Parts: sequence; structure tokens; C-alpha cells
Amino acid sequence: MTETRATADVRITDSTLRDGSHAMAHQFTEEQVRATVSALDSAGVQVIEVSHGDGLGGSSFNYGFSRESEIDLIAAAVDEARTARIAVLLLPGLGTVQDLRRAHAVGASVARVATHCTEADVSLQHFGAARDLGMETVGFLMLAHRTSPENLARQARIMVDAGAQCVYVVDSAGALVLSDAQERVKALVSEIGGEAQVGFHGHQNLSLGIANSVLAYQSGARQIDGALCALGAGAGNSPTEVLAAVFDRLGVSTGVDPQLAAAAAEDVVRPYIPRLPWMDRASIVQGYAGVYSSFLLHAERASARYGVPTHAILQRVGEAGYVGGQEDMIIDVALQLMQEREREPATAGLR
Amino acid sequence: MSKVLAAIVGPGNIGTDLLVKLQRSDSIEVGYMVGVDPESDGLAKARARGVETSAGGVDWLLAQSEVPRIVFEATSAKAHARNAPRYAEAAVQAVDLTPAMLGPLVCPPVNLDEHLAARNVNMITCGGQATIPIVHAVSRVVPVPYAEIVASIASRSAGPGTRANIDEFTATTSRAIELVGGADRGKAVIILNPVEPPMIMRDTVFCAIPADADRDAVSESVVRMVAAVQEYVPGYTLRADPQFDDPREGWSGNARVAVFLEVRGNGDYLPDYAGNLDIMTAAAARVGERLAQGRLVAA
Repeated sequence: MTETRATADVRITDSTLRDGSHAMAHQFTEEQVRATVSALDSAGVQVIEVSHGDGLGGSSFNYGFSRESEIDLIAAAVDEARTARIAVLLLPGLGTVQDLRRAHAVGASVARVATHCTEADVSLQHFGAARDLGMETVGFLMLAHRTSPENLARQARIMVDAGAQCVYVVDSAGALVLSDAQERVKALVSEIGGEAQVGFHGHQNLSLGIANSVLAYQSGARQIDGALCALGAGAGNSPTEVLAAVFDRLGVSTGVDPQLAAAAAEDVVRPYIPRLPWMDRASIVQGYAGVYSSFLLHAERASARYGVPTHAILQRVGEAGYVGGQEDMIIDVALQLMQEREREPATAGLR
Repeated sequence: MSKVLAAIVGPGNIGTDLLVKLQRSDSIEVGYMVGVDPESDGLAKARARGVETSAGGVDWLLAQSEVPRIVFEATSAKAHARNAPRYAEAAVQAVDLTPAMLGPLVCPPVNLDEHLAARNVNMITCGGQATIPIVHAVSRVVPVPYAEIVASIASRSAGPGTRANIDEFTATTSRAIELVGGADRGKAVIILNPVEPPMIMRDTVFCAIPADADRDAVSESVVRMVAAVQEYVPGYTLRADPQFDDPREGWSGNARVAVFLEVRGNGDYLPDYAGNLDIMTAAAARVGERLAQGRLVAA
């Protein structure tokens, strides 16, 4: 098994226990974490990400409080993993180097540092700290559709210079359509390819997570993210079990056993998911209008609270250009929409 | 009415905007603008505004025949740590706009009166100046076991110093939410948004409050505080009435009040979207004026 891993063509990082935390409203239990890690580890997944959906320190009013302390969950994941390594996500401005040290102290060994696609220079101290701790480092350029391939490559360069060993094109809105993903990966490979790997993190909002991941691989990406049962924000992530099967069919080795991955999804994860991620109206709007996928559940909550449709909130959030972390603006937008409706009740029906 | 002589150290964007504000003051006369680079654009601007300038740094400033009584430091935490003992030695009061945090943390409508005699006061952070008044407005009415703020600023208004040290923002602001705002526990988040045209600074304050809190009293206190901040930041406004939510699972039995703010700058030197920078310079000018008034009375 170890030999297969060493020679794998592409490395799959599973984010069920991090991006999936959004879909679980951050209510993961230690038991669920242990069972998921164990199943992923047996299936041959080498890197398993465990954190609040918004990264270390995400437990809050704005992003949702975690049911159990994420440090306890990370420690449980480390304890459960036999060969897989545990990764954590950190969004500078939200999480801090101190949070990273705590995660490292309980055994996390891969640091994934995420910024908006044009703001890579807020990550310098975090990459520095991660390298000093001896962690493997991965950069995450989120909402990658919001900037050009050339610009994205320049931002990737900043992360690599700061110590990133891989930089991901992160399609946080599930808005990249095929060649959009391809061009961004190619631009990054040409800029940083000699010094660092390139990765791709897809979402299913427009149903292109897997297709984009394959194109990303063909364009030179060597790390790909997935989640069991697609458990993730918006319409979910590229399903890990499908990535394993598709790459296997393409003759591309991932080190992940497609049968065992499918079993992990069906037998371990499916039973605890309250609602399978799905391409409903709201998440299609997210992909179409380029809205951060994690906003979905927050928009649904604001919709219920203020009586305005979820898709209308998300549409407006997209128009305003809000970025990851601005979950508070969803309430603000819902309030504005409510006020607009109250102001023009007569004409609203005529349109 | 006579004025108190002051100096600005650090001729960057913040220093220049502060100069424009202080030149409107009845109690402060900015006599000097000091930097370290003779080619500095900020020094040229200050000269054009009739202020004596030098690239000779603090050495030059403290060697003047008439030493300022108040100095505004808009350099870096490191530079201020070096300069602060020299100001103290020369009996110059320092208003520190850097994250050095050597003196008490000051937010004008909350605790300025307590620190008028301090040799060195610190202006916390932009997000702190925007949100701590609201945390205090809630905590003066009901206990606040936890307060959380989210500051969203335009990417263009975040300089390289802020970006390279973003953890300082979260750490300093969190601490000030507790020490100055009056929450038992504080958390701060900062988000940079690159959208064009640039977004005006937005801040959201969430406070945990008792389930049976008097919500009208909380709202009234918040509205009163917004008016107090508007005295020195006219573009500081509520986007909506304070929003109250009943206790939910995970909130430890507490209810929540959420306050949504917009901070539009005065556009003195910095563009109006940079409310984050404006509220720092406006608050520092406010502090300086109060210190100066104290000195004028004492004299």
C-alpha cells in the first residue's frame, strides 16, 4: 500500500470533516469523526482535513458554533488515523497562528492556509509559522473565478514565496466551467510548477466538480480535494468516492481504493448526514452568480427569519461581491430585501 | 483661544489624513510633521499645508527649541516602541496609532475620560474603534458574556503592514472588546474585500445577552452610542435597527443582539470608502483635542 502511495499520480485530500462541517452546521461529533477517519484511512486516503468549516477558530456567532471543540476533534482524528495525515484549514483574519500551534500540538501535520483569490499577502505569517512548526503547507486561493488566471498565478507566487508547497485553485462558488478551471490550473503550473504543486478544490453547484477535477489533473494539478457523499458547502464538493472511481478508470493512480471509498461514503457518512448536498435552486444560483458556497445554510436561516427567498438573498450577495467570511452580510441583505418589499408592496405583484 | 503645539510622526496616508483633521481643530496646532525619507510625498504635502517638516525623525523633533506637547505616532509598532521612552522623557504626551499597545487602550466615547493624564494612549485598531463603542453600549445595560465583531474593509484600504501582521488585528481587537468594551470574552474577525468600486467599511457586532434582557433598553443604548460616535465620525451609521434573536442551541442559554454598521470616511485625504482609516484618525484627533483642552485648562 505504501508503495502505491509513493507512486500515486495524484493525491486526494478528503475534506468531509472540514468542508462537510458547513453541511452539518458544524455539529460533528467525535464518534462521527473517528468513524470517518477510520474508513478514509482504510480506503487509502493520505490526507484528511478536520476543522470547523470556516477553518480554525471558526466557531462563532457569525459562522456557527461547533458542537464539539475542533481541537478535540482534530486530536481524535489524529488518534484514529493509522497512515493518513491530518490537515487543518486556517483563514487569516479569522484564525491565527496561535490556533495553528494548538492544532499542531495535538498532531495536525498539514496546514492549509486560505485567502480570497486576490489577498494572498495576508497569509505570510501563517505560512512562516507552519513551516517553522515543520508542517506541510498548502495555499488555498478561494473564489478563484473572481480573478483572471494570470492574476491568480501571481497570487500563487506570493504564497509559494511565503512557504506554500502547493497552491490550490479553489472553486468556492462552484462557478468555474471546465476551461475556466483548466486555464487557472495551467497558469499556476506555469508560474510555480518548478517549486510547488498545484491543487484543485471543486464544488458541485453546477455539477462540474468531477469534470473540473479531471481537467485540472490533465492540466498538471497533483492534489485534488473531495468529500464523501459530496458533503460540503453549497451543492457539496467533488465526491471522494467518485474521484477515486473516475481516476481509476482513467488509469490515474490515487492510492485510494474505489470500492472502499464507496463503502465509506455509503456505510459511514450517508447515515449521519441530515440532508444530502443537492443542486437545488439556491445552490445553482450560487454557481451561476459566483457566490461563496458556505453562504447557503446562512441564507436559508435568514430566509426563514425575515421571510425573503433564499435564492434572492444569494443573488444579491453575488451582486454585492461579498467574499468568504462575510456571512454577516447575509442578514444585512435579508433586512434590505425585506425593507424593499415593505416599501413597494403594490408594484411588486405587477412585475 | 490659544492652541497646544503638536507633532505628527509618520507622514504616510494616516498621518496626512490626521493632519487635515487636526488643522480644523480649535485646540491643537500641528507645528511639525516628521518622517525619515526626505523624498516623502507626505512631507511635501504637509509643507504645502504650511507645516514645518523634517526627515530627521524624532531626533530632529525633540531638538526643536519649542518641543510639542502632544505627538501623534503613525509609524509602526516597532518604531513607536523605540520612540515612546524618548517622548516620555521629554514630557510629551503620545497618542499612538500603531499596534504597539504601550499605554492604555482608548476608545473616545467609552473610556477617554479615565486616561486624560496618561503619558501614552493607544488607539487599538480600526475595527476596535468602530465596534467597541457598540459592545460597551450593550454591556452598560446588560451583562455580555461574549461579544464578537466582524470588520469588512476594502482591500485597497489595507496597507502592507496590516496585511503582513493580520494576527495583531484579531488579537488586539479581541482583547480590547474585553478590556474596553466590557464583554467577558471577545472575538474579532477581519475580512478584506477587493470588490470595485471599493466597498465602504462595514462592521457587525454580535453580543450574547441574557434571554430576558430588556431589548428596548439595549436598542436605546446602541442608538445613543451611535450618536456619540457621529460627533467625530459623521459617516458612522446603523444599517438597520439592532436585531434580536432568541436563544438557540449552542448559545449557552443566551439570546443575541446583532448590530450592523457602516463607516463612511470623511474623505479628508483618504477616500470615503476607507472608513477604517478615517475612524482611526478621527478618534485620534478627538483624543488629541481632549488632551489639549486638559492642558489648556491646566495652563
